[in-house]
Amino acid sequence: MSTDKTFGDYGGQYVPESLMPAIEELTDAYERYVLDDEDGFMDEFRRRLADFGGRPLPLQHAESLSARYDTAVYLKREDLLHGGAHKLNNALGQVLLAKYMGKERIIAETGAGQHGTATAMAAAHLDMPCEIYMGETDIRRQRPNVFRMRTNGAEVTPVTTGRGTLKEAISETMRDWATTVETTHYVIGSVVGPAPFPAMVRDFQAVISEEAREQAIEKEGRLPDAVLACAGGGSNTMGTFAHFVDDDGAEPRSAGRSSGQRRRDGVDLYAVEAGGSSLSVDEEEGVAPNSASLSTGDEGVLHGARTKLLQDSHGQIMESHSVSAGLDYAGVGPELAHLVDEGRVEAVNVDDDSALAAFHRLSRDEGVIPALETAHAFGYLEEHHDELGDFVVVNVSGRGDKDLETVLEETEKRDLDVAPDISVLRSAAGEEGM
Amino acid sequence: MALERVFADEPAFVPYVAAGDPSDEASIEYVEALERGGADVVELGLPFSEPIAEGSTIQGAVARALEAGMTPQRYFEFVEELDVDVPLVCMTYYNLVYQYEHPETGESEAVASEATSGETASRGPRAFVERAAEAGIEGFVVVDLPAEEAGPLRAACDDFGCDLVFVIAPTTKGERLGSMREQVSGYVYVQARLGVTGAREDVSDRTEQSLARVADWDVPKAVGFGIKTGAHAERIIAAGADGVIVGSALVDIIAEGHEDGADTVAVADRLEAKARELKEGALTGARRAGAETR
Ligand SMILES: Cc1ncc(COP(=O)(O)O)c(C=O)c1O
Repeated sequence: MSTDKTFGDYGGQYVPESLMPAIEELTDAYERYVLDDEDGFMDEFRRRLADFGGRPLPLQHAESLSARYDTAVYLKREDLLHGGAHKLNNALGQVLLAKYMGKERIIAETGAGQHGTATAMAAAHLDMPCEIYMGETDIRRQRPNVFRMRTNGAEVTPVTTGRGTLKEAISETMRDWATTVETTHYVIGSVVGPAPFPAMVRDFQAVISEEAREQAIEKEGRLPDAVLACAGGGSNTMGTFAHFVDDDGAEPRSAGRSSGQRRRDGVDLYAVEAGGSSLSVDEEEGVAPNSASLSTGDEGVLHGARTKLLQDSHGQIMESHSVSAGLDYAGVGPELAHLVDEGRVEAVNVDDDSALAAFHRLSRDEGVIPALETAHAFGYLEEHHDELGDFVVVNVSGRGDKDLETVLEETEKRDLDVAPDISVLRSAAGEEGM
Repeated sequence: MALERVFADEPAFVPYVAAGDPSDEASIEYVEALERGGADVVELGLPFSEPIAEGSTIQGAVARALEAGMTPQRYFEFVEELDVDVPLVCMTYYNLVYQYEHPETGESEAVASEATSGETASRGPRAFVERAAEAGIEGFVVVDLPAEEAGPLRAACDDFGCDLVFVIAPTTKGERLGSMREQVSGYVYVQARLGVTGAREDVSDRTEQSLARVADWDVPKAVGFGIKTGAHAERIIAAGADGVIVGSALVDIIAEGHEDGADTVAVADRLEAKARELKEGALTGARRAGAETR
């Protein structure tokens, strides 16, 4: 089996020449081990995902939310995967692949620290040395994950360029790879980068929708009307959509469908991006106060692929923003960009406030503390539940333990009805003189 | 297909600096100083916000130039303001080429191009090369554009009589060499070592191996990555290269001058002296190679 390097106009391999041979080698390994299941690779991957990762994971009926919205709402519980996010599906797949390829060292970038953590765990599990690049800003806002990576034996190298977030971390990991490419595998953390990464990461994450589709039929006797997932680079998104993409209903595909108009019989797919504090852009400063590259970006080339980007009129990449580190990226996976252009996936977004409120709502009403990334999908559900049909699946891409410090800080800045009263924390801290 | 001429009679010294680092005025002085010091071609960087192939030295140059307001439009004006006779090569990353909109032909067609893939006469590689050629650029190195994706840029270069230089890495082998050989013109950039740009204390042992892989190509071979001294230049030319490319060692001088608040003339003098050292080294290397083959 072989693969296409592009998805419509998107994708490709825009990388410095020193990386091209490694990418060719990886393409070959992906085709042999993942697509053709040589040497029992996929069996071993699935066995380890079960024993080490804890799969399969439930599709849980969310009773309070279902009552609140008068819609059957189900949660795909990727937060229960080992490590606390969907990231391990991909990290375990790639670290195992690196082993099959005879590589000796693992490197990865991380934004929220979830991918770094998953990679560090997979590397420890499979006995590979591991180095994680993480932006300084993200190290500050995702401290628990930095400690988890160190605990698993990974080196964590701070990246100080730019705003010190995911974009800079990816650039720096690519620089390491350009130097060490002969012995090292770069475990990219989302469906981004040069081919074959976007397709390969999707394939490792597709287990989410493979399970969810069967579970939906089991529980409700039919396919869902709508499937929601947050989108940063888009790996939980593509994983959650992959097995539903062909369930596009009877109507012909058409671009530019206005939201609110449900497509009968098909499964509608919603990629929820971070609207940040605003969808407007400061050209002068090169800053976009959001990370909504699917909704507001233009086509361009970044980190090895042609995709939708937040960029200024000259083609310089903008600094993105989101309250959630894992969505804070100026690009997005090329396949997702293509599916949005085709009209198969609807790109939507909610702002920081909506995500924070959704974080508290899911925690309070369902007893599930979601990652801030995930909370964006629930923010959209809150705002648009009456347009989504009678049966909605939302991917809980990760748990929110890593975000508690940020949520505390951000909640204090706002007046949110759903937020708990945390004065008990403040008075206890006060007594300790903090 | 004109850049070959530069390498014909003696080994070429090919400096790199980022245009506009740390300001337009200073940068113009610096390019002119490099020519006085013996530059045969100048690789003039058009700064991109995500320079994934650069080490910290050139990342710094790019950041200073962007901070000072360099843009693609401004870059071409900068080239027009330069008073140099040596050929100029534009070194950049593909997104700036891909997004480029020609200021004159651009406006009217911009709307129509939105609907398609963005590559039209007024926008993308063709518009970029057209404007560059008008400004006097003779060739291009696009760091993140491998031969597989280079079709549109190669075609534009053919139309406007410009060269397209490819980098071959120590890891480049087999079929990839073939497709680059077919598309390359001007010179081939032989990357002396794996990794990112940055001045080094030694010459990589892989230089000879890399040169051997392109020995029978009919374009000149220029070696870059890590070269810092006249002695390095000498060794590389003696090993059979037709030119040496030096970036970080020069940018280090600019960065130091900028940090110390040195005046432009003093920094230009240092650059000129460094250029002379590198060019002399290259010439010595050629004499050595000549003596050895005799
Ligand atoms: C829990 C969680 N969800 C979502 C994301 C966003 O990544 P992607 O869009 O690739 O799924 C991250 C990234 O760190 C994450 O940690």
